[in-house]
Amino acid sequence: MPEKPIQGEKRVFVTGNEVVAWAALAAGAEIMYGYPITPQNEIMHYWTRMIPKYGRRFLQTEDELSAGFTTVGGVLAGRRAFTATAGPGNTLMQEPISMAEAMRLPIVVVVQQRGGPSTATVIYSQQEVTLTTLGGNGEGLRVVYSTATHQELFDYTIKSFNTAWKYRFPTFVLGDGYQAKMRESLTFYDPAERGIEMVPTDAYVGRPGMPGVDRPPKHMRNTYNMEEELYEVLQGYLADFAKAAPEIAEHETFDTEDADLVIISHGVVSRACKMAVRDLREQGYKVGYFRPITLRPMPEKELQEVAGKAKQLLVVESAQGQLARLVKEVIYGSTAEMLSLFKPGVGITSEEVIARVKEIKG
Amino acid sequence: MTVQPAMPKCWRVETKPHKFCPGCGHGLVLKALGQAIDELGIQDKVVFGCDIGCSLLSWDFFNMDTVQTHHGRTNPVITGMKRANSDIIGVAYMGDGGGYAIGAQHLVSSATRNERITAILVNNTQYGMTGGQMAPTTMPGQKTETSPYGRDAETTGSPTQGPEMVAAIAPEGAYVARGSVANMKQLKGYIKKALENQMAGNGFSFVEALSLCPTNWRTNAKDTWKFLEEDMYKYFKVGELRVPGPREKEGQ
Repeated sequence: MPEKPIQGEKRVFVTGNEVVAWAALAAGAEIMYGYPITPQNEIMHYWTRMIPKYGRRFLQTEDELSAGFTTVGGVLAGRRAFTATAGPGNTLMQEPISMAEAMRLPIVVVVQQRGGPSTATVIYSQQEVTLTTLGGNGEGLRVVYSTATHQELFDYTIKSFNTAWKYRFPTFVLGDGYQAKMRESLTFYDPAERGIEMVPTDAYVGRPGMPGVDRPPKHMRNTYNMEEELYEVLQGYLADFAKAAPEIAEHETFDTEDADLVIISHGVVSRACKMAVRDLREQGYKVGYFRPITLRPMPEKELQEVAGKAKQLLVVESAQGQLARLVKEVIYGSTAEMLSLFKPGVGITSEEVIARVKEIKG
Repeated sequence: MTVQPAMPKCWRVETKPHKFCPGCGHGLVLKALGQAIDELGIQDKVVFGCDIGCSLLSWDFFNMDTVQTHHGRTNPVITGMKRANSDIIGVAYMGDGGGYAIGAQHLVSSATRNERITAILVNNTQYGMTGGQMAPTTMPGQKTETSPYGRDAETTGSPTQGPEMVAAIAPEGAYVARGSVANMKQLKGYIKKALENQMAGNGFSFVEALSLCPTNWRTNAKDTWKFLEEDMYKYFKVGELRVPGPREKEGQ
């Protein structure tokens, strides 16, 4: 039995990609399938260097279609399996994700967002929100965690395996190029020592017994002959998703009680917004902070409450309104004024957020 | 007295008669596969993956664990499964469009990586499920819905020689053959060897089965067999292209 990758707690100063590899090891991920694309490459680099010691596996595939579909195969065989991608790779990844949605397969995908559309930049963006939450031909039956810090990258990479295997929906950790490449302090830990129990995995196919004799054969399909057949299956899935959504949804908020204006952001941009809200409060501005941690499902009730109280909502993101669209859908009917600071494919500083608020407040 | 030939033991009786068109070759290929699995006694070890296209109609064909995947993606799904659990005997079942067009990169890469899986590709020279369009395997001059005046090799290329390609790129240990539903004993032998090759852990195993599609060929019984045994045989040579170790009598 190989030793545990992390024993006790360990303070480290590492890049986000290294964090993901360690977190996957700590979570007991058994196999990674991957294809090179910047800025997620080092997840594979660290994974492949570390795995011989811990008896884990890796397969470098011919493209992201294959990376996604081999991950599907790994999960079907009952393994805690994951992949990582970005940008155009995420585009290709949506095909296997749609199969995972159709068959309720708990695959885990880490996305380190880069600029778009197309090849764009290898650096950073928040432009893969729409794709990651609602990509594929379907209904967006997936969970998306948007992380803001390296500690969260560690925490939510571990958590994503449990969410996936508990609810059987494909689950994403949505990071970005800044988080991928930046070094930051965090604490590595063994999930068991923190009381985090890993949800056990089981095989969909290849179980013991003679199929048709000892047990029925497992026949898994994503094709249906009749509209009604598909409708019935989807009604079950949608009901499961709706039931799970409030259990899965997470958010972070402060200073919204008396706020006229609430700044809404996600991921790494929320760090600038958090700082901006604190500075603006010190200067006497009645501003609040709201951040959905899950972009799918959204923390609907909490966001609606905030929108019910605030006069203005300022959505700040490194995309042209991809988060804003998700927010608007949730708060439909609210009379709060919608304001924006959109910088597609570009990072946002707290100074810019403060300047935007002062511009609004005159 | 008429005696019905027995179905392979691993077939699922409840889903018979099968869903393929009358005269389709898929039932024959799946019979050969079923017989090979019965003879090897591996029904409880095989995971069967089927593609999109007519092959998907086999999703409940066997009393075996089965996964119906996406168009061209059966090779990676079975590869991922086998990599995660080497006790499984993985069979990827697809048509010529799935293997040679939309999933060609997966076939090529499964072969070059010598994945320990068995891929079975049914070549009926066109896309059956979508209504008979030109495929990579469509014969020169053959009329299809997207080559209504006959396939022009000048502008659309020549039929893909799949097993020849796989044989050329697969490392040592691969098994590659082309069989035909017109010679069931031989086809079963090839498929059996392809399964045994995986079980021995030698390497990638690939069998193309020349097959029939009277529905889209618009042929009667006589012309259906004629097209296979005269026209297709001229272009697609039946036989073994790569055999690890000594050749055995069966399957020759």
